[in-house]
Amino acid sequence: MTTATARISRSGHTAAKPSRNAKSRERALAWARRAPLLPALVFLIIVTQLPFVVTLIISFLNWNSLSPDKTAFAGLENYVTVLTDPDLRQAIFTTILLTVAVVLASLLIGLGLALLLDKKFIGRGLARTLLIAPFLVVPVAAALIWKHALLNPTYGLINGILTWIWSLFGSVTPPQLDLLSQAPLMAVIVSLVWQWTPFMMLILLAGLQSRPMDTVEAAQMDGATPWAIFRHLTLPHLRQYLELGGLLGAIYIVQNFDAVFTLTAGGLGTANLPYAIYQTFYFANEYGLASAAGVVVVIGTIIVATFALRTVFSLFKKEAAR
Amino acid sequence: MSTLTPAAPSESLSGPTALNAGPRRRGKTRMDPTRNSTGAGIAAWLLALLFAAPVVWMILTSFHSETDAATNPPSIAANLTLDAYKEFFGETSGVSPWPSLINSATASILSTVLVLALAIPAAYALSIRPVKKWTDVMFFFLSTKMMPVVAAILPLYLFARTVGALDNIWFLILMYTSMNLPIAVWMMRSFLAEVPEEMLEAAQIDGAGLLLILRKIIAPVAMPGIAATALICFIFSWNELLLARVLTGVVAGTAPVFLTGFVSGQGLFLAKVCAAAVVISLPVLFAGFAAQDKLVQGLSLGAVK
Repeated sequence: MTTATARISRSGHTAAKPSRNAKSRERALAWARRAPLLPALVFLIIVTQLPFVVTLIISFLNWNSLSPDKTAFAGLENYVTVLTDPDLRQAIFTTILLTVAVVLASLLIGLGLALLLDKKFIGRGLARTLLIAPFLVVPVAAALIWKHALLNPTYGLINGILTWIWSLFGSVTPPQLDLLSQAPLMAVIVSLVWQWTPFMMLILLAGLQSRPMDTVEAAQMDGATPWAIFRHLTLPHLRQYLELGGLLGAIYIVQNFDAVFTLTAGGLGTANLPYAIYQTFYFANEYGLASAAGVVVVIGTIIVATFALRTVFSLFKKEAAR
Repeated sequence: MSTLTPAAPSESLSGPTALNAGPRRRGKTRMDPTRNSTGAGIAAWLLALLFAAPVVWMILTSFHSETDAATNPPSIAANLTLDAYKEFFGETSGVSPWPSLINSATASILSTVLVLALAIPAAYALSIRPVKKWTDVMFFFLSTKMMPVVAAILPLYLFARTVGALDNIWFLILMYTSMNLPIAVWMMRSFLAEVPEEMLEAAQIDGAGLLLILRKIIAPVAMPGIAATALICFIFSWNELLLARVLTGVVAGTAPVFLTGFVSGQGLFLAKVCAAAVVISLPVLFAGFAAQDKLVQGLSLGAVK
């Protein structure tokens, strides 16, 4: 890289002078500019784009590694199965429900927290640090803690606290929850909301702190109520950040594997597409079907990503124009 | 060239001191509506404690004995002991988590080094001396991040099986490099874009060579950014489960894979689970708190400062 860029800065000087073979020099200059970029670009194309092309090809094959002799072209058969098989269709619904619920809940709670943290109070820095902590527990570890230490029906902390509160009032029959078997998807949602709220809070807090304060002060002087300021000044400013947080969160949560795998092992209707695909190829060895499901996830992600890209791009342009 | 180069923040016009003063000055002129802050403070603290409670409970339980850990109501004031940690490190079972921790450290650190080696030159070619259509390239990088891992994992698995790279830490390192590279390129570009253009031009006019410019002008601005990028790539690699679970086994298994051994209950083992979760989360907690200020920027791919 060093030699390549050294060449640019030197030719950058000479290019200003009139020269006979300016065109070829210009081309060399352009390539010299590209040179530092190429290793990263080539590497990424090989490791991410090539495998996806292979996935696309496999998705049209009838391929089960347990009976390799039956491998044949299957046309759209795998896609029909993905959309009609009850388990896989359930996985699509679960993925959508899980993603929407987690993103909305963590955005709302994150917004509340960001608004609180935007105020001045004693120990604000420490409170912020405490609020980030859930995001900094390894996801598998967090799911394990939720499964065994918090939600366990016999000795989990949540039931423990219920027992304790009820005993304060002399009751020996406290209500006991068993979220993991009664509402397993809820258990997954709750643990993910806990982990992702700090992410939303950080993005929204950054948005709040970039708010131009002079208009807020002017509105205050004109006697605007806090609600009016929030509704007409803060919220419009935060819109981009809400979109960014929501869409980035969606991209990460659509792909979630750790929480589903750990908390419920995909049982009782909690298998989302990543988990179902993992099972389809890793245990059922249905390579063609797993690939088709993978392509469906990509199509779904592209739809979300189109919006995400637009949002990121608008912030990006703003930053680049500064 | 100046039209292609992303403009530096306007505060930085008069050199590095003004650049440093930029964010600080903005923080100072910001006048928070300080009214009602006691109420907000109490609410914020209650919520902060609620959110941190599972983490605090995890740490506390990890220092309890197994019998004290599994009581209902909880035994908050039980005696503290290191038994759970001894158990986790294999005192009775003889199963040591060390190989998996070392694998995780190897995969995370080496992939982070590789990511930086690829991302920094790329970011240079996207900000300081940008190629034509550099925004298109940026969005190509971003789009690869949007492809779910499950959509590429089968071919990667089949490839690894064919060439004998299954359960090989180097293959996992390459996977983590590709996983983090787009994030690192976006982050590093946003940091390098802060290098004041005027200083680059002035240095060039003065005849400074590329190495001198890199060392004296770019490095001072970029170093904190490189550190933050490294910490975030480290965290993502350390946390990763799906690729590690599919591509590694007994030899190259990482710490999250080791943790999956605790998914199904094994009698009285809660304290041990908590100890395991604490040990494996410690590096991330440290890295995360160290990179706290840059965390948002990294997670939003540099879109939010």
